[in-house]
Amino acid sequence: MKISPLSRLAMLFALAFTLASTLALPADNWSGRAKSDNVFGMMFGDGRKLFANHFFTMADVYFHSGYYPSVFDGNRKESEITEASHGHTDSPDDEIKEDFLGRPRDWVDAFGRNFRITQHTHLENHNEREILPWLRLAADLDPQKTEVYTVGAFFLREHLNRPDQAEAFLREGLRNNSDSYEILFELGRAYRDSYHDLDRARNVWQLGVKKFIAAPADRQKDDKLIFEELAVNLARLEDEAGNYGAAIDWFHAAQKVSPAPDALQKQIDDIQKKMAALVPVTPGKLY
Amino acid sequence: MNKIFALAGVVIKELYRRKDFYVLFVLTALLTLGAGMVNFFHDDKIVRYVKDICLLLIWVSALVISVVTTARQIPAEREARTIFPLLAKPVSRAQVIAGKFLGCWLATGVALVVFYFFFAVITGSKEHFWPWAAYLEAVWMHWVMLGIVIAMVLLGSIYFAAPSSTSTITIIVVGGILLLGTHLKIIALQQPEPMQFILTVFYFVMPHLEWYDLRDFVVYDMGLVPVRAVALATLYAAAWTGIFLTLAWLGFRRKNLTT
Repeated sequence: MKISPLSRLAMLFALAFTLASTLALPADNWSGRAKSDNVFGMMFGDGRKLFANHFFTMADVYFHSGYYPSVFDGNRKESEITEASHGHTDSPDDEIKEDFLGRPRDWVDAFGRNFRITQHTHLENHNEREILPWLRLAADLDPQKTEVYTVGAFFLREHLNRPDQAEAFLREGLRNNSDSYEILFELGRAYRDSYHDLDRARNVWQLGVKKFIAAPADRQKDDKLIFEELAVNLARLEDEAGNYGAAIDWFHAAQKVSPAPDALQKQIDDIQKKMAALVPVTPGKLY
Repeated sequence: MNKIFALAGVVIKELYRRKDFYVLFVLTALLTLGAGMVNFFHDDKIVRYVKDICLLLIWVSALVISVVTTARQIPAEREARTIFPLLAKPVSRAQVIAGKFLGCWLATGVALVVFYFFFAVITGSKEHFWPWAAYLEAVWMHWVMLGIVIAMVLLGSIYFAAPSSTSTITIIVVGGILLLGTHLKIIALQQPEPMQFILTVFYFVMPHLEWYDLRDFVVYDMGLVPVRAVALATLYAAAWTGIFLTLAWLGFRRKNLTT
């Protein structure tokens, strides 16, 4: 039987159309990429998370204006922008520890240092803005990397005086990581420090504590310090609000996970002294 | 000397007749402008990432232009058999090597000036700050480094079979030195013998091209490299360029051009 070229073409079109309509729905489930709501997810799949880590490191490199150890110079424990977002500032001892270059190994190294950044500095005077593109890219590449949101929001709020942008970034992080107590903690700080809205800060931190308690045990073990930060900040907030009983309860909760429970005990003692001073003296009989 | 300049002039003309430079320049410009137009957190003063991206593209483009242009010089003359009338001018083989080197180096210098001018305009328009001295230092060091690379490619083009293999091998070697040059001693110390010894020797005898990369100084506005260090690095580059050109001349002097 002879089939004309036109009929053959029509049959092939019909076959292609039938297959396309049949396979369109199952094909969506073959790969998670097509479902991704961002362009990086579609392009790189899960491989984008590797780039996200790199870009987060780039933010730290920029924060140090290029003075940064390579993979050959030994790894850092934690990025300094993360430490800064938790309120850590370098002591002179830290500065010495972070001098990864040390003494020149030979004349090549000594001469080569003329052409490298050899001073340990941190961005300041609003130049911290330069780390933001890398954090934005890291968040786009790996929306589940919560520290990107907390670090970005910290610098936006604390160094660039843009709490609205910080809140929006944290809200975006919360949409992608609804169970993140780290993001809730930073959001609470934004409400307390930038907006002076203690009620919202309390609500957000209390939600953070609930999320922490609901988290798996191994995550709780790793994130004990976040819980301590939540509890201590709640305690201080209650102390400022005059709710001394609640403040003591939160300090007790923080003591259970704190590496320095004695320091917290001192704060509990101070609150107890304040409470004692408030006990009304029973008036004696006047007549 | 006139013969060397005449040969160099031909190479420069060849660069602006070919499309390599234009394609790479347009690509660099488009990617830089694209990156510059992205708005992060509604802050239009963020500029360092644009500088970083643009300088990286300039480094890649300049390396490709210099390697590809140089790698085909002598093989193309041999293939087209124009090497014979050239040598019959009379032009000595040493003058051919020198002329080709000078032409490629000057042509790359012209390309670098165009690239860096674009860089200065784009970044300056964003941050309203033009540290010309730092830019000049960066361009000079970049150009001097490319002199070593061009001499290295000329040497490769005498010994390797085809321009493609010369280009590939040189780009791998130059990329390796730029990425690992500073760290080679640390890597060597972590290796067992005899690898430790071999890598240590290589660390001391290889051309340290990574010294000439001043991108960090430009991107992070870290001021100037001391002029004495730049002068010494220039001398070091001149020495390595001389070594490679001499080796290329020694190879070319004995080269049978008919096969």
